[in-house]
Order: sequence, then structure tokens, then C-alpha cells
Amino acid sequence: MLSIFFAISLPFLAAFLLIIFAKQLTHVQRIGWFVLPIPILLFISFLFIIPDIASGQTFQDKLSWIPTFDIHFLTNIDGLSMIFGLLITGIGSLVIFYSIYYLSTEQAVVRFYIYLLLFMGSMLGVVFADHLMSLYVFWELTSISSFLLIAFWYQRKGSRDGAKKALLITVFGGLAMFIGFLMLHQISGTYSIREIIASIDTIKEHPLMPYIIIFILLGAFTKSAQFPFHIWLPGAMEAPTPVSAYLHSATMVKAGIYIVARFTPIFAYETIWFILVSTIGLTTLFWAALTAIRQVDLKALLAYSTVSQLGLIMTLLGVGALSLHPSVSIQSSLYTQAIVAALFHLVNHSTFKGALFMVIGIIDYRIGTRDLRRLGGLFAFMPLSFTIAVIGSFSMAGLPPFNGFLSKEMFFTAMLNVKQFNFFSVEGLASLFPIVAWIASLFTFIYCMLLIFETFFGPKMERTGGKFQEASFGMLIAPSILAILVVLIFFIPNVLHNYILRPAVYSIYPAITDDLIEPIQIWHGFNTEIMMTIGIIIVGLIIYYFKDQFMKIYTLFPYSLSFNNLYSNSLKWSDKGAKIVTQFYMTRFLRHYLAYIFIVFVVLLSSYMYYLNAFSFSLNGDEAMTPFVWIIIATIGVAGLTMIIVPSRLAIILVNGYIGFAIALLFVVFRAPDLALTQLVVETITTTLFLLCFYFLPKWSRERFKLDWSRFLIAISVGVTFTVVALSVKSGRLFDSIVHYFEDADILAGGSNIVNTILGDFRAFDTMLEVIVLFIAGIGVYTLIKYKTMKGARKNENK
Amino acid sequence: MKINDVILQSISKIVVFIILTLALYLFFAGHHAPGGGFIGGLVLASAFVLVLLSYDIESLQKGIPIDFKIIAATGALIVLISGFAPLLFGKLFLYQTFLSVHIPVYGELELSTVTFFELGVALTVLGVVMTIILSISKDVA
Repeated sequence: MLSIFFAISLPFLAAFLLIIFAKQLTHVQRIGWFVLPIPILLFISFLFIIPDIASGQTFQDKLSWIPTFDIHFLTNIDGLSMIFGLLITGIGSLVIFYSIYYLSTEQAVVRFYIYLLLFMGSMLGVVFADHLMSLYVFWELTSISSFLLIAFWYQRKGSRDGAKKALLITVFGGLAMFIGFLMLHQISGTYSIREIIASIDTIKEHPLMPYIIIFILLGAFTKSAQFPFHIWLPGAMEAPTPVSAYLHSATMVKAGIYIVARFTPIFAYETIWFILVSTIGLTTLFWAALTAIRQVDLKALLAYSTVSQLGLIMTLLGVGALSLHPSVSIQSSLYTQAIVAALFHLVNHSTFKGALFMVIGIIDYRIGTRDLRRLGGLFAFMPLSFTIAVIGSFSMAGLPPFNGFLSKEMFFTAMLNVKQFNFFSVEGLASLFPIVAWIASLFTFIYCMLLIFETFFGPKMERTGGKFQEASFGMLIAPSILAILVVLIFFIPNVLHNYILRPAVYSIYPAITDDLIEPIQIWHGFNTEIMMTIGIIIVGLIIYYFKDQFMKIYTLFPYSLSFNNLYSNSLKWSDKGAKIVTQFYMTRFLRHYLAYIFIVFVVLLSSYMYYLNAFSFSLNGDEAMTPFVWIIIATIGVAGLTMIIVPSRLAIILVNGYIGFAIALLFVVFRAPDLALTQLVVETITTTLFLLCFYFLPKWSRERFKLDWSRFLIAISVGVTFTVVALSVKSGRLFDSIVHYFEDADILAGGSNIVNTILGDFRAFDTMLEVIVLFIAGIGVYTLIKYKTMKGARKNENK
Repeated sequence: MKINDVILQSISKIVVFIILTLALYLFFAGHHAPGGGFIGGLVLASAFVLVLLSYDIESLQKGIPIDFKIIAATGALIVLISGFAPLLFGKLFLYQTFLSVHIPVYGELELSTVTFFELGVALTVLGVVMTIILSISKDVA
């Protein structure tokens, strides 16, 4: 069997190879052919272990990462991760195949495939990870690769804004989830998800549980674009269409679904889990479906429809969690069937939405627009694309004979079953579920019809450029495969059910028995669900006929109340706030900055030393002061006072230099040749530097000496602090004396010069960081001086 | 105004070599006697500064056509490498070791890995000091 680590690292390795050979590959036509074997290979190897997974086996692996903190790369393949593994590699293969024809070579395709492989590897990492920390790392990696892919055409402002929005929202959620993970680790004592599930009885009643749920759900909801975080997904449509098909409908946005499903056995015991997941899901389903209808950009329409379908799956997972609720007996398939429906719809959605995105990519590629107001009558030119689009959107609308019909019926069943669980002790709220679900499905039906009829029928558009003909054969292959799957799954749903869905249900309900998972039936007879579907078709067609009147309801929602407006305003406010705060202390006066540094230094150091009771003023054991030393000190004092009153800058610099050299002399007297040497050379060079900088200072003359009390205080306190610290260090009150290091320096470090052994051996880490800081400072000075002259450079890089 | 500094220039020509020799001596003496990477680098830099002061920036760059930014970067890199290299041998980060070799005529010679580390320090100091001084004085000109 193939190692799971190898499966995860293969895309990363390939991406790395692409980076190395990027230059050689720039002019190669269709380099996607080199990338394509990777997902196909992974897909096939996953297929090989399906029988094992279906028989209930799971595979684990372990690689130590930071063993000190119990952090490892733990991996686990079970039914649930298998579904996602197959989607990631299967849809991934098709998307790369499609991109080979979709992207032209001028568009830096190497970069595109590097990002795509990066995403593929991290997404596989997310679904195969069993350790909370490795899960989190891969989770953020998917956010980053999504950011890079959305901003693929970074020259466009829309792409950059969309990428920024997606990153801000998903990383915010990721951080919240990280907090949740840490809390979960605190109460359970382990990072392994499997171990947490195994020890669920001990943490079930913990008072932290509701907070953990909220934090982890924030991560899941932001990633899966649930209301009100859904606003990033339409912005993400600025990415190339294959990316939208892959990340933003089939895989990455389903990571939140994955998290919810994965953590169901841990959190489903809490009522708040069911309430949050199902109501947020239902709200998302409804709101996004309503918003989708008024979109005029085909991709935006599909984005909102994705959001809405994700809400549908989320709702089903919430309802499915009920079967683990303490007040519900597990011995009923009432709610477990909702999980089957969720997983089933997850697969179905990937197939039909992937096909739809690819068709819209074709339209955009051929016609050059995705605007519904301009498109029309394409049926005559593109019969094949039309067929695929019909299959995809009819499946999305929930019509037979397509797979969406089956999962939509199961969704209605689950919604009708919610009534049996009396969760708010209010009858009415539970019956809202099927009603909202029905209305949302009605909207879904309407936008599916808009998608088909506005694009392919109606008045023929005037030819504004672009080729009005069917797409090339290669481009049609990938969506055709997906469309065939859509039909195939409708007729033989139980093959999928037995091998893929059933094992996944086992990983969500470890305790379930086989007879509780019912097979999927194509035809249930004339029950409530089928009546609901018929109702949708009839009412939907009526509304579609009167759509111009219907569109007027959107004028009820002003933009100023939308979440998009809230998002852009909060960005604006934080920008403004940061500016105000920064301008408050960044005064552009060097003397102010120095004052900040000194004040912070004095206050922090002296208060901390006071807190530790480390002050010591003892002068015992100090070197005796000879008259010679007193003379030197006296001249230093005189020089210091002179500096305050001399009227010229040059004199100040020279006097300052004198102080430095006098200190070097003191070092010589006290037999510290290293320090004396260093002080001498440093003083020489700083004086030179001073004289060089002197040239730039404005003309200055001291009028009359005036004492500035605040500066006087700062100066005195800095001096006092330094003296006191120096005296206290010698007392050895806080730390043991380190004298033995000096005495044994020759044995410990092989050098008899203790200053140097301190620098190069005992405290080498300090020296190393100082060297790095020095280097950074040097580069900083260079850059500041060099680019000062380019002040007129473009402030805004927007075109 | 052209200043006639023939004396300064003539003396510098000789003194620079003395300073350079001193810098090399200080660098290698560091382990047992006063000296070391930091001082070595500084003294090396001060030799170049002397050339800069007695001649001008063009002569310095013609005589020593080196990009000091690269010197500084190389130094920082050497320090980092000497920090991480012991890890490859299963030792701790920044681990230093030494070896005494007996050379027939010369006598006892101590070879220490710390020299490599000190070399990095010296190069960084030299590179950064020269980069700063050169960029400021270029701005003057």
C-alpha cells in the first residue's frame, strides 16, 4: 500500500520540481501534461484501497515533528477522508486536464500549476491529518494557496481585492479554529482526533465545550463560506475558471463541511452544535439562493449557488448530528440518513457544479463575456456545451434523471424529520425547516432556469468578437466526464453508496450498525417529497415567467446594509484608525523617538529590577581608584559638561570623541585590552561617521543655554539606571556567578581569551543574532539613503 | 576648493598596509590574546575608511572594486551556516570544537571551528560599516 505521507508530499514535491525547472519550462507548450499524471496516479492508488476501506479498515501513519510538544504528523484514512481524497484527486485530474486547453502559455502557467499542486498537497493533508496541529497547518496552507490562485491575474484590481478578502476571512476563521483546537487539547489531553473521539465520554460534559464549538465552527463556516462569511466566495471568482471549479466549488470550500463531519462524533452531544450548524446552514441556503437569482455574471451566479449548496450540506450535517444527541436514540435511521444525504450531495455537487463551471469557462473563453444581459441564443453554436449545461443545472435544480434529484429528495426527507425532534420545545420552529428548505429550493430552480434560458436561448446576441463556435474537443472532455457521472450516479446510486458513502458514515458514527444505513432509492412513490418537487417546478415556472416583477424585491435590500459594505467599511476604518494612532507618535523628530526608547528602557528595566528586588549598591571588592583614574574621570566629566554649552556642532562631535577615547584609556588602566581595542576602533569609526553626517545637518547655532526639564530628567534617569544596573549585576543576587566559565574557558572552549570565548562560544547565539541585526541595520541604512532620491515614485500601483 | 593633502596621502599608503596586517593579526590572535572577529573586521574597515578620507570615494572603489553589501551578506550567511552545520553531525546548534595539531617547525597549532564563526562576524562588520559609510559619502558627493 502506498504510504499516506507519500501521497500528501507527492504534489509538494512536484511543485518543488516545477519551481526548479520553471525557467526551462516557460516556453514549453501545455506543461499541464507533466502535471496531470500526479493526481491521476494518486486517484488510482486511492481506488485500490477502496475495498479495504469499504470493509471497515482504516490506515494510520505517524511521523514525528516536534516530539517535545507532542506534535506529530499523524495521518488517518477512513471512509470520510476517502471521499475527499477521491474528490481532490479526481476533480483535480479533470481540472488540470481542462486547464491544459483553457490557459494559454503566455499566462505564466508554470506558476499556475505550482499553486495548484501546492493546494492539492495541502488539501490532501487536511483530509488525511489526524493530528489537530498538522490539520491546522495544512488548513492554513489551503487558504494561502487559494489566495495565490485568486490573485493569479494580479494585474487586475478585482483579483487582488478578492484574494485579500478571501485571505482575511478564511485566516480569521482559521485562527479561531486554532484557539478551539488548543482548548480541545487542554480538556482532552491529546491532539489526535481519533483518540479524542475514543475518549469522548470523559470530555462530554466539560463547561468549555460550547466555546470550543463556537471557535471551531468559526473556522468551518468561514472556509465553507457560510452566512455571514459567504461574501468572500463571489470575490474569489476573479480566479481563472479551472480554479473556481476546483477550489471554490469542489474541494477547498468543502473543507468546512469536512471539519463539521469529522468533529460530529465529538460535539454532536451538545444541543448548540445542532442549532448552530443547521440554522446557519439553512440561512446560508436560503439567502445565497435568493441572491444568486439577481446575479448577472454567470460565475457570480454559480458562486452564490455554491454558497447555497454548501449551506444545504451544512444543514444536513446539523440534522444528522441529532442522532448522537442524548435525547435521541441511535437506534433509528431517522437522522443518520441525513448524514448519508449530506455526503451524497457533497459528491453530487462536485460533479454537477464542476461541469457547470467548466461550461461557463468555455463560454467565457469563446464568446469573451459572462454577462447574462449580453449572452443569448448560444444554443445554435454550442450544442454540446448546452447539453452539459442542461445536465448540470437540472441536476442542481433537483430534477430527474440526474443525481441532484436523489439527494434533493433525501434533503426534503431529513427536513421533514426535524419536526420529530422537539429542540426549542416550540412546534412552529421545527416546521420552519421544511418550509425554508422548500422556498430555497424554489429559488435554486429559478436561477438554474435563468442560467440555461438566458444563456442558450432568447435573442441572439450581436457578435462583438470572440469565436461563435463549439469549444475544442479537449476542452469538452472534462465537463463531459462529469456530466456522464451526473447521469450515471442517478441510475446506480448504490454502488457509490456501498463503497464510498457507507464507510464514511461509519467514521462519523463509530457505533452505528449496518441495518441503520438504508440504501438510496430512486423512486419512493408519491410521497410528500415528490409533491414538494412538483410544486417547485410549477411555482418556479410561474415566477420565471413573471421574473421582471420578481426582480423588484431586490430593491428592498440597500447596499449599505449588506455584509460586503460592512467588510469594506471595517477595512477602511481599521486603515484610518491605524493612521491616526501611528501619526500620534510618529512625529518625524528623531529626538522624540530617542525619548520613547529611553523612557521605555528606564521604566521597564528599573521597575522590573525593583520587582525582583535585585538592586545592590555594594562597592565591596572593587578595584582601588588611583589618582590617575580620578583625573581621567574628571576630564570626562568636564567634557560632558562642555558638550552642553559649546556653540558649534563640530566641537560637540570632537568632545564626544574625546569621551570615547578616555573611556578606552580607562579600559587600559583596568587591564581590559579587548574592550580598549574595541572602544578605540569603534570610536574612530563613529567619529568619522558623525563627521560625514555632519554635512547633512541644517545650519545651527546655540543662542543661549536653556535647561529643558523633561530632557534633563530623561538624561539623568538613563544615567542612573545604567549605573545601578552595572552595580547590581556584579552583586550576583539574581543569578549564580559565572566566573567559573572564565576560569575554565581554555578547557570548555579551547581559548584563553575569555572575551572571545564568550562572544564565539558561550554566548555565540547572542553574537549570531547581533550579526544578523547589524546586517539588517546596514541594509536598512543603505536602502533609506539610496531610495531617498526616488521620492517621486508611483504611490499607487493600481493601473 | 582643492585641499593639498600630499602628506596625508603618502602616509596613508604605508599606514594602510600596517593597519591591514594588524587587522589580520587581531583576527587570528583572538582566541588566546586580545583580538577576534569583531575587532578584526572593524580594523579592516578603518583601513578602508582611511583610504576614503585621504583620497576620495572614486579612488577607493577603483582600488577595491568590491560590493560591500555582498561582503556583509556573505558574513551573515557564514555565521548562520556555522550555527546550523553542527546539527548535521548530530551536535547542538552553534556547537564549536577545536583540534590541536603539531606542526614540526612551527610547534603546536590549534585549529578551531570558532574561526569560521569569527570570519562571518568579521565580514559582516566590515561589510556593514563600509556600506553605511560609502552610501552616506556617496550622498555627499
